[in-house]
Amino acid sequence: MEWVIFVPAAVLAIAGGVGVIAARQPVHSAIALLVVLASLAVTYLLLAAQFIAVLQVIIYAGAIVVLFLFVIMLLHARSGEGPVEKLPRQRVAAVVFASLFLAALLAGSVAATRPLAPAPEGFGTAQHVGEALFVTYLLPFELASVILMVGIIAAVVVVKRGPPAGRGGR
Amino acid sequence: MLPVAAYLALSAVLFTMGVVGVLVRRNALIVFISIELMLNSVNLAFIAFARQHLGIDGQVIVFFVLVVAAVEVVVGLALIVEIFRSRSTVDIDDVDLLRG
Repeated sequence: MEWVIFVPAAVLAIAGGVGVIAARQPVHSAIALLVVLASLAVTYLLLAAQFIAVLQVIIYAGAIVVLFLFVIMLLHARSGEGPVEKLPRQRVAAVVFASLFLAALLAGSVAATRPLAPAPEGFGTAQHVGEALFVTYLLPFELASVILMVGIIAAVVVVKRGPPAGRGGR
Repeated sequence: MLPVAAYLALSAVLFTMGVVGVLVRRNALIVFISIELMLNSVNLAFIAFARQHLGIDGQVIVFFVLVVAAVEVVVGLALIVEIFRSRSTVDIDDVDLLRG
């Protein structure tokens, strides 16, 4: 029954993944990432994680991908890859070792064939996640706000231009 | 009900794609998007295990991964913009000042 929803979502996610790594333009890569994010949100719903699925759409698709698109737009003029390949055999080695890695991961994951028990009522709702977040994980939650603050300050400091040269930088 | 292995297999495939993207592509932006792909595949694995063990902790961890990913994107894109400003390229092979 769930296959009807899972298989199209998985196919779409894998197609989007291929699009991310095969796209010639970064813009197409970002759009393919959007496809992956949307289909993963569907699988989250299948796994009884409604709240995380909504967060995925709002934060990832709504904020992170838009940020990517802004920067791609900003750098669009000459943001391609140069013609010279400095590490010629790296691609082949990367694909070979990635296949071995995938084989190892799949061998590990097929061991988990136990069928899932039905989820209890209210599992993964905003209330359920919120209770865990504000009771058990209150300190990490507060630290997350500090991390966000540090990220904002870091972005401003990194991108800020220094005082223009020759005009007495004081 | 689907076994959790199906979700783990999807997660493994997506993670490997992210690894290939990081290793093969030379455009810094696409490398960065591939990193996001890997983060998402790990999130899927977390949620699959949370569903299997019926514990909410996995979903809470995904929440924190989302927060850290947002910060990582902001800082990383700021660095890429700055590198582009000073060197007029986002090809990671051209940024090799530290090469021996």
